[in-house]
Amino acid sequence: MANGETKNFWVTLMAIDRRVIFLAVAIAVSLPLFLNISQTIYVSPEVTDLYDSLEKLQSGSKVLISFDYDPPSAPELQPMAVTVIEYCFRNDLKMILMGLWPQGPQQANQALETVVGEPPGASFEFNGKTYVYGEDWVNLGFQEGREFIIQRMGSSIAAAFPRDYAGTPVKELPLMRGVSNFNNIDYVFNLSAGTPGTVEWVQLAGDRFHATIGAANTAVQAPMIYPYYRAGQLTGILGGMKGAAEFEAVVGVVGKGTKFMLSQSFAHAIVILFIVVGNIAFFASGRKRRF
Amino acid sequence: MNLRPSTILVLVVSAILFVLSANSYGFALTLAAFFTLGIFSFLYKDNPMYKFCEAVFVGISAGYWFVSLYYQNLLAKLIDPLVADPVGSGAIPYYVVAILGIMMLMRLVPSIGWISRWPLSVIVGATAGLWFITYLQSNAMLQLQNTIMPIQEYAADGSLNWYQSIGNLTVMIGTITGVIYFFFSKEHKGAFGTSAKVGIWFLMITFGASFGYTVMSRMSLLIGRMDFLFGDWLQLIL
Amino acid sequence: MKREIPLIITALIGIVFIIQFFIPHEPFHSLSDIFSDWFSIIQACAIWLGALNLVKLSLDKIGKQGMIAVGSAVSLALLVAIFYAPGFLAGRLPLILFLLAFMLMFAGQYSRSRVKEDWFLSVSTVVSFVIIIIAGFAFSNGRQFLEPGTRFDYLYQYVYSPLSATMFAMLAFFVASASYRAFRARNKEATMLLLAAFFVMLGRVPLGDWLTSFMPEGARLSSLADWVMNFPNAAGQRAIMIGIALGVVSTSLRIILGIERSHLGGES
Repeated sequence: MANGETKNFWVTLMAIDRRVIFLAVAIAVSLPLFLNISQTIYVSPEVTDLYDSLEKLQSGSKVLISFDYDPPSAPELQPMAVTVIEYCFRNDLKMILMGLWPQGPQQANQALETVVGEPPGASFEFNGKTYVYGEDWVNLGFQEGREFIIQRMGSSIAAAFPRDYAGTPVKELPLMRGVSNFNNIDYVFNLSAGTPGTVEWVQLAGDRFHATIGAANTAVQAPMIYPYYRAGQLTGILGGMKGAAEFEAVVGVVGKGTKFMLSQSFAHAIVILFIVVGNIAFFASGRKRRF
Repeated sequence: MNLRPSTILVLVVSAILFVLSANSYGFALTLAAFFTLGIFSFLYKDNPMYKFCEAVFVGISAGYWFVSLYYQNLLAKLIDPLVADPVGSGAIPYYVVAILGIMMLMRLVPSIGWISRWPLSVIVGATAGLWFITYLQSNAMLQLQNTIMPIQEYAADGSLNWYQSIGNLTVMIGTITGVIYFFFSKEHKGAFGTSAKVGIWFLMITFGASFGYTVMSRMSLLIGRMDFLFGDWLQLIL
Repeated sequence: MKREIPLIITALIGIVFIIQFFIPHEPFHSLSDIFSDWFSIIQACAIWLGALNLVKLSLDKIGKQGMIAVGSAVSLALLVAIFYAPGFLAGRLPLILFLLAFMLMFAGQYSRSRVKEDWFLSVSTVVSFVIIIIAGFAFSNGRQFLEPGTRFDYLYQYVYSPLSATMFAMLAFFVASASYRAFRARNKEATMLLLAAFFVMLGRVPLGDWLTSFMPEGARLSSLADWVMNFPNAAGQRAIMIGIALGVVSTSLRIILGIERSHLGGES
């Protein structure tokens, strides 16, 4: 009888209401937001490699940052965007912002606002220096056309993006006067949440037009990108929230990536706990024979 | 759809929250929080509030794309050049694509919907042509080239770099056996079958790693929403 | 006419894109540029088609309740007019959305005996679509509609963003639930998958290093996760990548040569 009761317990445990699981996840994710426990962030080689490739850029180099994501992926990619923008300002790199996703240019504006502390407007002061729109950074906006936009940029960026996000003709922007195609871009930093994204940037901007590319990806996409990194088609990869935290660690800023790492640890722990308990219940209940 | 006490409760609570959010920014945040909670309410069970939020999401995203594409794409890339130079020879491609674009929209009229095949064939043809090259170059040839790597890598001081050497060997075995597994024209028997079996192991590790990363990704998104609710909206996180 | 011309267009454009890769000179260079621009514009029209089709379907669903829909549209116009009268509650466009939605919600609830189940949802969709379009085209400084602070940006930040982000955030709950119910070490392959997931999940957060902090650096879970990602994972992904690439290449060739015609639909 005792054996039967034990089995019943495991069967009941397996059939637990999903809302109990949901509640446990919500608590595991939310609780650490209120805690203040410092954690050591280990930096993986792919993040170090990306950082090293950025470090090779000389002051005044032109960095194209493509925001190929939308709000759902912002928790992962926005911290990376904020960090790379801050890095560019600190190192006096000129930024050309754009998006192959329609939401990209607005995410770019939000990231700028986070770094500057207010909507950047036409010019702003940062670290005692004045930055002017059109000279130090431009936001080219969004263009539909997926990888064909990258293909078009290979021959003429001004043809692919005739006007910036606010409707100013790109040819009137001082920063864009010397930029005709990828030959005039020193680095492409791609923030990607899917298609079009890193795959298309590697295939066209990288392999076709020989641009140097660093990729920041959502964690869902990151594992698929590793073969490109191993083959040298990418200088490095920032993968998911952990990638964001690592990038913040190497650049030396404390942003949301670092802040959320504790929640991330708890969340992973609870999923692992679920898998372990689920498996114990599965085997203890004798269900295995059915399969 | 019944007007249950729970629905009334949700409506009343949201109405109170709106009244409480006095300033404009607070109002905006409460609006965002309302939609966040409305979607999350599905976790308890399907309900009218969730359905409403879902319907608003569909409408808002369609409208978002509609406006975005008009200003940034159709106006900047089609209408502007035509207005600037409506009769020059350079305008011909723009007229052609304007007609193709209208043909695409003809799909809304079922009787002449077939005409949308013309612009569709531009999309399909261009994609097929470009992908033929890009996938062959970047995803097949370059990957194969970088699979066959030296299995003896040396460090700067001349000593054998075990980490890299074993890694290179792993990539070589894993990629080749993985490709063999996907080759179904020959029965998976003998040495070929064993290779395919090894290939499955590598694929399983790959799927496991992908699963781990998917968990990371999904949890990050939830952390983002929780941070919004407790931090930005309720201001409980300092 | 219905099949031949599309087949010819597909073949011609496809061939141009292949040739321009090997011969990046005229006329192929210019042709590929023109076709790239065409792609961009036709794609935009295709998305417009999708949006308009959604509105059309929603209106179809409203069907016999068209009168009520007209009523809603009129009240919407009234509300817009009231709220955008100079100086009166400027910047409160979302309030309109809300008043309207609440109104519709109650209307939908009370008229359930006479209307289709999803009537009120279709109205919500159409009204949301109309609101963002009005905001974008009429009240957001024209081409500067993306500037921070415009009403379009407001709707993006406080309606579109939370809705879309939360929709995807829900997957966190479902992935946890699925892990509990379906992730079983049934056989050798499944166990390998599970172990890889286990090491990666622990190794990619500081928790993993904390648990293995007694081990020397380089042998901790984070380094193990590094190795798994960079070598076995890269190998498996590369095998999949090569498989897909060969599939894409052969399908592209079939499309260009007109052997694969499914994109043209069934009827001739």
